[in-house]
Amino acid sequence: MQLTPGDREMLDGARGPAMRMAMRILTRMGEVQDAREMLTITQAHIDSTIFIADAGLEYAERLASFGAKVAVPTTLNVSGLDENRWREWAVPSEWASKAFRQMQAYQSMGAVPTWTCAPYQTEHAPRFGQQIAWGESNAIVFANSVIGARTERYPDLLDICAAITGRVPAVGLHLDENRGGDLLVELRGVARMLQEDDSFYPVFGHLLGKLAGNRIPVIEGIEARPSDDQLKALGAGAASSGSVALFHIVRVTPEAPTRAAAFLNREPCETHTITMADLRRARDELTSGGREKIDMVVLGSPHFSLAEFRALAELVRGRRCHPDVRFLLTTSRAVEAIARHAGVMDAVEAFGAKLTVDTCILATPMLPDEIQRLMTNSAKFAYYTPGLLGRSMAFGSLADCVESAVAGRVIRDDSLWK
Amino acid sequence: MTIQGQAIVPGQASGELLVSPEPLSFWGGYDCRTGEIIDRRHALSGQNARGRVLALPFTRGSSTTTQVLLEAIRAGTAPAAIVCPEADSFLALAAIVAEELYGRTLPIVVISAEDLARLTTGREATIRGGFLCFDEPGQNE
Repeated sequence: MQLTPGDREMLDGARGPAMRMAMRILTRMGEVQDAREMLTITQAHIDSTIFIADAGLEYAERLASFGAKVAVPTTLNVSGLDENRWREWAVPSEWASKAFRQMQAYQSMGAVPTWTCAPYQTEHAPRFGQQIAWGESNAIVFANSVIGARTERYPDLLDICAAITGRVPAVGLHLDENRGGDLLVELRGVARMLQEDDSFYPVFGHLLGKLAGNRIPVIEGIEARPSDDQLKALGAGAASSGSVALFHIVRVTPEAPTRAAAFLNREPCETHTITMADLRRARDELTSGGREKIDMVVLGSPHFSLAEFRALAELVRGRRCHPDVRFLLTTSRAVEAIARHAGVMDAVEAFGAKLTVDTCILATPMLPDEIQRLMTNSAKFAYYTPGLLGRSMAFGSLADCVESAVAGRVIRDDSLWK
Repeated sequence: MTIQGQAIVPGQASGELLVSPEPLSFWGGYDCRTGEIIDRRHALSGQNARGRVLALPFTRGSSTTTQVLLEAIRAGTAPAAIVCPEADSFLALAAIVAEELYGRTLPIVVISAEDLARLTTGREATIRGGFLCFDEPGQNE
């Protein structure tokens, strides 16, 4: 791999031990990926903030002890802790103290403490064509697909190396020629009414991830104009069941004005037709429990946006959550503050909803044992909850989640899915 | 039988093969306290990969895979080695960082998809550099 004099300085340790360690990891990765050179990035998003276990903490503290500082504007993904509310839940205090140390280590490097998995819905969102190094699978697919920024799928541990050096191996989705579609996914007979419903996107995303794996799908047949939140749900689903880092929707996403443009004038290597039967099956797969009582509704993976708070406020105004059901929303501290200022939190809290910020149920061990049967409108929560938390998860639309929370059992409106 | 591949993280290891017919996300799929595969939708759900030579088509999903595998290497619950059909940067990264932090090596070898399809769970395998060797007598092909 060709290194610039600046890269060599970092690698040789002339710019300190943190840069040396980060550049050593980056250049070894560049060799694994057959990179010919490194390129400069102008922004980073760090997923390594999620506290998993001691090794990730030791890594963060090693870098921090070397005096590591980020070289580019850098946002932080969800942490392992809601600093103010974790004591209200089942988070063990030893776990909390380690998660807090990990947060401090990354903050000490000069990153912005955004603590969100939806950094594209903050003022730090990148622009079309910008070279960035992002971690967090749902953020990666949104940045690439919806914004048209350029990022590889940065795993935990590598994202911070990119932020410290401002350099990455020039491979994969950083390079225009690798951003064309691989497979064509055509919707057939999917009513526009369903396409406009929020529950269509996580279900379709779940199916898309299974079809595409780690390839780039090009979607045709979307007649609706999906909102950012709907595209966020689509990407999060596809990046959970598969490792989709970029999708194109013809006439919707910025690199797909036409089918030919989305494929960079190449032919698709395969074509899939999606019917209502496929979508119904995918929707059923997202539910791991039956139509039974529920202990909790959880919304906010990816983190709830202001628009989602507004939609929820309309649905819950004047109603009350069932006394046996907890209703949890996960978002960032910034979106919570904005939602409060906008006056939408009153209706949500009067309904009985609780907030956890800066983390989510998958990133912090907050759920007490008595909460076993959950419901969500998120494909990502639905996909990971059975394995990660050993609990059942029913899937429904936002309106289904509200009706179920009021009734205390799973209620789903199937009319759009017939 | 010997299969020649490319060592993307060079090293030596041996163990019983555990062949996954489908991709695996380590986050939500691998218990780094025990080495058990805990993705209940996965074909290897309930199997333990600790100390085994794990053959995987590719990794899936979350960017947190690398932290889980790094912790497994630290805790001694990782596979002995990993074999995959393409240079999987997530797995390689965990192994590279483990060398930086702990001076421990998790060898990773890339072999062709055809060779990967010939592997069967249960055989004893040894990784030496880019080679995957099967020592078990009477099972030569």
